[in-house]
Amino acid sequence: MPVKVRIPTPLRKLTKEKDIVELNGASDIGDLIESLEKNYPGIKERLVDEKGEVRRFINVFINDEDIRFLENKKTSLKDGDEVSIVPAIAGG
Amino acid sequence: MDKKGRFFSGLVCRECGRKYPPAAIHVCEYDFGPLEVAYDYEKIAKAVSREKLAARPETMWRFRELLPVAGDPTVGEQVGYTPLVKCDRLARALGAKTVYVKNDTVNYPTLSFKDRVVSVALSRAREMGFHVVACASTGNLANSVAANAAAAGLKSYVLIPADLEAGKVLGSLIFGTNVVAITGAYDQVNRLCSEIANKYGWGFVNVNLRPYYAEGSKSMGFEMVEQLGWRFPDNVVVPMASGSLLTKIHKSFNELVKVGLMKEPRALVKIHGAQASGCSPISTAFKEGKDFYKPVQHPRTIAKSLAIGTPADGYYAIQAVKQTDGGCEDVSDEEIVEGIRLLASTEGIFSETAGGVTVACAKKLVQTGKIGKHESVVLCITGHGLKTQEAVTGKCGQPRIISPKLSEFEKIYEEDFGKS
Repeated sequence: MPVKVRIPTPLRKLTKEKDIVELNGASDIGDLIESLEKNYPGIKERLVDEKGEVRRFINVFINDEDIRFLENKKTSLKDGDEVSIVPAIAGG
Repeated sequence: MDKKGRFFSGLVCRECGRKYPPAAIHVCEYDFGPLEVAYDYEKIAKAVSREKLAARPETMWRFRELLPVAGDPTVGEQVGYTPLVKCDRLARALGAKTVYVKNDTVNYPTLSFKDRVVSVALSRAREMGFHVVACASTGNLANSVAANAAAAGLKSYVLIPADLEAGKVLGSLIFGTNVVAITGAYDQVNRLCSEIANKYGWGFVNVNLRPYYAEGSKSMGFEMVEQLGWRFPDNVVVPMASGSLLTKIHKSFNELVKVGLMKEPRALVKIHGAQASGCSPISTAFKEGKDFYKPVQHPRTIAKSLAIGTPADGYYAIQAVKQTDGGCEDVSDEEIVEGIRLLASTEGIFSETAGGVTVACAKKLVQTGKIGKHESVVLCITGHGLKTQEAVTGKCGQPRIISPKLSEFEKIYEEDFGKS
């Protein structure tokens, strides 16, 4: 079973307007970003900064848990996990 | 002004400067930086003067050239211009010389500063043709979206954490909005909203309308300067949830200089941020000398309106505080209640929990010398206490119950004043 990735609106031009993509074989979040890049060239530089870290205005969740509360890019993935890429949003 | 009568041309990424059209979008496609409204300040400078503004009605819209609506506002035309109250009794209690409260507990129509941002967001939403508006909220925004949408005849959905104060839940339901309560913290509500924001073609005030929405907060800064007789205060203390209000008040001071309404070469106002210790990612990062905050997974504070563990504007709020030589503080739940009671008992202003945070943090900032004893300070009090009654219920005494007999009242008099 692959990992499901929810793509936010600003990145859908790169995924041919798909809001969910499925990827096989990624072992952790860093690996998943590489795998996204292979399938959708150009997406990596949108997600990570020049130091290779996830950009500061992006929140990444695995099954509803923020990866900053887990192991950031080294957070491991298993089959069936759902990953959400979410832009930071204002307060209310 | 362009051909449509606007004083803004579009949106621009705050991080990389890429330009975007003035549409319902909020982040840069390249680096996810927040999009901000790009104004034509030269044209605004020619269009505004202190005299012109003085002739306009006393609402936030007297600063309309600096608010991102193309035509005349159509939602919340009466919002803002809340009292700036000189607070001598509070000043004595805080040990400061000159204290003012910018009193948004009496903002129209829903008794919080959120009426400012919503009137901009919904006026803009109508210009862009939205029929359904929505928001993620810790309560005050939901109240304001619900009320203003009702008055404008727009359908609305408000998404809130399920554990909000009863007053804030009822304060949305009464307007006939659709309240969806989510089991989880505000940050989880936020995430859900960003996933559904673009799904149904709705105008989400703090998601796809955020660049317009957030600008409404500037009016609080514009007003306080005009109400001080076109003077900047030495200090301002602002409660921080996402950090947006603080960054916009900073921006408002700089814009007043930019468009010539203030003659100083630059605004010299120390901007201070206030948080609750149970959810203080921004003040903690500031105190540790960091530029970026560590998110708070499980906020625990009675100041629910400030309980945002992943503050979207935290990074910029820290920058604004640093640039202006301000400070950040955070306070316990007990200090928050004390702050609410102090403001009420010295000035007759009943604030919600966020105001207690602001007052209590101001006290600390005076004690540590960050706010000088001879300087002036404006406290931003952003919401009414009737909305968060749970926080103070049972903590401000009980009525003394008697039967309707003179002798019983005399006993009370004797307790308080001694025998007459």
